[in-house]
Amino acid sequence: MSMSRLEEKAKKALDKKAALGTDIDIESYEPASEDFGEIETLEMLPEDVQTAALSAGVSLSGESAGDYFQVDQSPVHKESAIEGIEVMDIAAALKKHSYLEDYFWKLVPIDADKYTADVGMHPPAGYFVRAKPGTKTVFPLKTCLYMGGHNKRQRVHNVVIAEEGSDLHIITGCTTPSHAGRGLHLGVSEIYVKKNAHVTFTMIHNWGEEVEVRPRGASRIEAGGSISENYITLTPVKSLQAFPTANLVGEGAVASFNTIMYARRGNIDIGNQTILAAPYTSAESIARVVSTGGEIINRGRMVGKVPDIRAHVECVGLILTEKGRIYSIPELDGWCGGLDMSHEAAVGKISQAELEYLMARGLSTDEATSVIVRGFLDVEIKGLPPALKEEIKKITKLEEIHGGP
Amino acid sequence: MALGGGLTLQIEDLWVSIGEKQVLEGVNMSVGDGETHALFGPNGCGKTTLLSTIAGIPRYVVDSGTIRFKGVDITNMPMHERARLGIGIAFQHPPTIRGLRVSDMIKLCNPQANAEKILADLDFEEFADREVNKGFSGGEVKRSEMVQLLAQEPDFVMLDEPDSGVDLENIKVIGRAINTLTQKDLRPSARTKSGVIITHFGHILDYMSTDKAHVMIEGTIVCSGNPIEILEQIKVNGYEGCVACLCPV
Repeated sequence: MSMSRLEEKAKKALDKKAALGTDIDIESYEPASEDFGEIETLEMLPEDVQTAALSAGVSLSGESAGDYFQVDQSPVHKESAIEGIEVMDIAAALKKHSYLEDYFWKLVPIDADKYTADVGMHPPAGYFVRAKPGTKTVFPLKTCLYMGGHNKRQRVHNVVIAEEGSDLHIITGCTTPSHAGRGLHLGVSEIYVKKNAHVTFTMIHNWGEEVEVRPRGASRIEAGGSISENYITLTPVKSLQAFPTANLVGEGAVASFNTIMYARRGNIDIGNQTILAAPYTSAESIARVVSTGGEIINRGRMVGKVPDIRAHVECVGLILTEKGRIYSIPELDGWCGGLDMSHEAAVGKISQAELEYLMARGLSTDEATSVIVRGFLDVEIKGLPPALKEEIKKITKLEEIHGGP
Repeated sequence: MALGGGLTLQIEDLWVSIGEKQVLEGVNMSVGDGETHALFGPNGCGKTTLLSTIAGIPRYVVDSGTIRFKGVDITNMPMHERARLGIGIAFQHPPTIRGLRVSDMIKLCNPQANAEKILADLDFEEFADREVNKGFSGGEVKRSEMVQLLAQEPDFVMLDEPDSGVDLENIKVIGRAINTLTQKDLRPSARTKSGVIITHFGHILDYMSTDKAHVMIEGTIVCSGNPIEILEQIKVNGYEGCVACLCPV
């Protein structure tokens, strides 16, 4: 579809409310358009920006497969550290690679809602990452989407392509400086996993308390390929709604979602769905959510289209305070015989027996609660490289994660 | 008679209920410094309730009476403060703590503990990275409890059936750990650490030493004395014999 046709579609959807999440008045946020120029190395970033990136799990030192850093709408740094991994800003990539037309807005409809439409109506900014056939990376590619200004609207569009037989690990930290006020982040991510390719995509949302966030993501996984998508939010956000889709289109493709949410306040509507459309595909969606006053709607949806597929959803939540809400919605949609889908859902409190057990070892109620909550959030995410596992562990062990209100 | 001279634990006329149910009815018991006592009694007589009450588990409500530990009245003290004061307990059916590894649990019990040595002593090294109690067998649960207590180094240790559901090999290892916890390597008068152990069959007593035993029936201690003699009597006459002994015709 030509760009003008896309724009036409987007235009028609500019007032289309999203199916899920609180409605946002997009126009109350100013479009971020300032060009910050490029920097040579990430070390040249101001210290507060580096700190914010670190708090979103993106340490700028250490080994990596490359990086991409965007401030508001401005791609300030991109670099590939490995031959066979291409890292570009999406605007430049669209100019260079005409084939990208077959990928751009092909998984996420531009007219899905007013947020995708708003992203589609404006010059694209975001990352393009491509692993060439057979390229295997061990270290994660680190990307950071940083929203610096007050009352800004950040629009991001990322495209990831893992060619046949490649391994690619991406960690994306989405963050604002600690002093930032209100803001709106709109992010579109389209991920293509070709035959026998393996991708892990980890997104850490670390926004300010007045930031609203509407990511729109989808992935397409071919035969023998796999994707592990991990979404982590541990710091307060005004509202966050996301429901990415994984499309398993080739035989034996695998999708695994891990969601870790901790809400002290605000409104989070998070979830994911997997469409299992080819035989012998399998999917797992595991969510661990904790509320100490915030509202979390936690969705896990599996759609089985053909026989011989397996899918499992696990939505488990803890409410630690008197107030707070967790609405757990596991959904299984089977379209034929011969498939195997299951779910497990629970919303509850910390077990008294576990608390007493730790208190018998000398921990106070607060200390014991904190240990249990950290353990609860410490999901063993399969298939992650050790370096990335370590990064995630650090995030779930942040000091501010505690059991109290 | 306290070996070290003082009393580690002193319980006077202790009445305890769980919900509506009166479980302990006037327990009197004292454990001297450096002593290890055994507690016998039929199922449901209140042995676990007594240990849980000493540990301070909130659902065991003290209606009257006092518990003194190292001279301090701990009757209404919160559980973790009792632990910090030196009370340790091995649970019979401990819960799984998701996401918490055994090695991290050791550090929580005591940041200064020599984890490597403790794990080696209990032949538990390969469990260091496992989640606490997750998928553990009966014997592994007991060893995990001993690992935590060895790290905690309590002055008074309470063991609730450390030998139930455990094979002979594990009983030996656990008996050795209990002897370490209660300083059986020191001469009696030099010992300061004490303990109480609940056991049904007394198997563990072949591998550890005890100074005194008590028999509890229906919420009170009905008999105290030499552990070997008492165990022999129970083996021959059953707990009915204890009752008959109390009420000679």
